[in-house]
Amino acid sequence: MSRAPDTTLFPPVQAPAGTTRLTAARAADYGTHQTTFGPLPAHTDSAALLAALRDSGLEGRGGAGFPAWRKLAAVPARERARRRRVVVIGNAAEGEPLSQKDATLLLRSPHLVIDGLLTVAGALGAHSVYLYAQASVLEAVGRALAERADAAGIELREAAESFISGEASAVVNALAGREPVPQDRTVRLTESGLGGRPTLLHNVETLAHIALIARFGAAWFRSVGTKGDPGTRLVTVGSDGHPSTVLEVAGGSRIGDVLRFTGVDTGTLSAVLVGGYHGAWLPAYALEARLDRADLAGFGANPGAGILMGLGERRCPITVAAAVATYLAGETAGQCGPCVNGLPAMAAVLRRLARGDRDPGLPGEVRRLAAIVTGRGSCNHPDGTARFVLSTLTVFADDVAAHLAGHCRKDHR
Amino acid sequence: MNLRAPDPRSAADPTVLLHIDWTKCDGRGLCTEILPELLARDEWGYPLSYGYGSNVPVPDRLLDAATDAVSLCPRQALTLIDR
Ligand SMILES: Cc1cc2nc3c(=O)[nH]c(=O)nc-3n(C[C@H](O)[C@H](O)[C@H](O)COP(=O)(O)O)c2cc1C
Ligand code: SF4
Ligand code: SF4
Repeated sequence: MSRAPDTTLFPPVQAPAGTTRLTAARAADYGTHQTTFGPLPAHTDSAALLAALRDSGLEGRGGAGFPAWRKLAAVPARERARRRRVVVIGNAAEGEPLSQKDATLLLRSPHLVIDGLLTVAGALGAHSVYLYAQASVLEAVGRALAERADAAGIELREAAESFISGEASAVVNALAGREPVPQDRTVRLTESGLGGRPTLLHNVETLAHIALIARFGAAWFRSVGTKGDPGTRLVTVGSDGHPSTVLEVAGGSRIGDVLRFTGVDTGTLSAVLVGGYHGAWLPAYALEARLDRADLAGFGANPGAGILMGLGERRCPITVAAAVATYLAGETAGQCGPCVNGLPAMAAVLRRLARGDRDPGLPGEVRRLAAIVTGRGSCNHPDGTARFVLSTLTVFADDVAAHLAGHCRKDHR
Repeated sequence: MNLRAPDPRSAADPTVLLHIDWTKCDGRGLCTEILPELLARDEWGYPLSYGYGSNVPVPDRLLDAATDAVSLCPRQALTLIDR
């Protein structure tokens, strides 16, 4: 005989309204989490989860923006049938220095991430579940895991500290006890990942959205945001290289509005870096663009991991870009020839340009090196670095010209 | 992961890709001697195929040479992938 759920224990909870979703709980503890969001559905089978994710339009929040339902669908059906074999990983490595949203999410709403892991693991029958997170949040997350009996199977692991530590195959290497660097791959992780087992890896924000979609459904998810970028997303906003605020915004919000909301005076910016160090610049005249794929495509940017970094109009963008390119070159995992040789070479040419070398061939040389490294690494680090550098030359063409003419008057710190 | 294939594809396009594992390749360039039509060398010696990254489409007439390159690569950095 089955019993109706005890509604005195778990009164039905209203779905969060407005754009405060992932951040709706007033405190991080499990009790507050449950009263805010209600109980996690006991079990969501994989077909139901797949349908809900497809209808929701949720895209991964780790940077690449891959549709969540397609990744779930890529786990071979035979493996789903064999239960237990599948590995599920929550990725909170957050190697990008301009991003703080994953750490913030884990400090504010750890139980949504845990719910997301349990939802996906339950649907796939997975018994190996990992949460890969920065040292700074381990203690708080460990406390959250200890608060609930259903999370006993989740293994919390400390992430390596490097820009590329959060690349999916680098996470798998780290969890396998190997060097935390990317692997050369000819098959997807969903086919063969950790220990040769099918592996589903998601950014922790993606998992938190999955936890809410499992509760309140796809239509609710889409009720905020735009058609091209449904739901909400966490963004890290800052200026001049310093991330300062994490907030939850509707998908497709106007970028200028988001910046102004956090107190940035958009009138003083020359551009905004969208998507972090692997992203692209949005020039000041385009700040009313929406944070969605369609509006950003023309600038070579995408919402990515939700990073918006304003650049003050007094600062020399070539100097800033040379410093970023130098940092990225130093973060090569040192495995792939074109990346190991090409990124430092590209950064060196950009530094010459920044320091006032007026050789007119420099921009062309940067472009040539960017083309040579693109697509020629085992991970997308060269591609992302080239994208950033090329965007700099395009958006700041006037500054490049000023450097070559020898009269850049901006602040070169 | 760079599984990028050239787009758009047509029926006449090669169906076999030569995959380069950059984490193994040492750039001494033996493969570029065996497959000069397919692979040039970049300024550091690494195999370079214009317009392609880690997966280079192999025309049928070069399949034998590509197979040789795979077996002769001293670092076992090359594989053929059917798509
Ligand atoms: C160099 C590099 C660094 C990356 N760093 C991170 C990271 O810190 N966190 C993250 O979630 N994804 C990172 N990614 C993306 C992951 O490879 C992967 O696509 C993502 O975690 C998948 O989650 P999602 O589908 O939920 O977006 C990185 C990718 C690259 C190429
Ligand atoms: S492309 Fe660069 S960062 Fe990526 S695996 Fe190769 S050496 Fe490492
Ligand atoms: S033969 Fe092998 S190791 Fe040598 S350059 Fe070619 S792929 Fe690299």
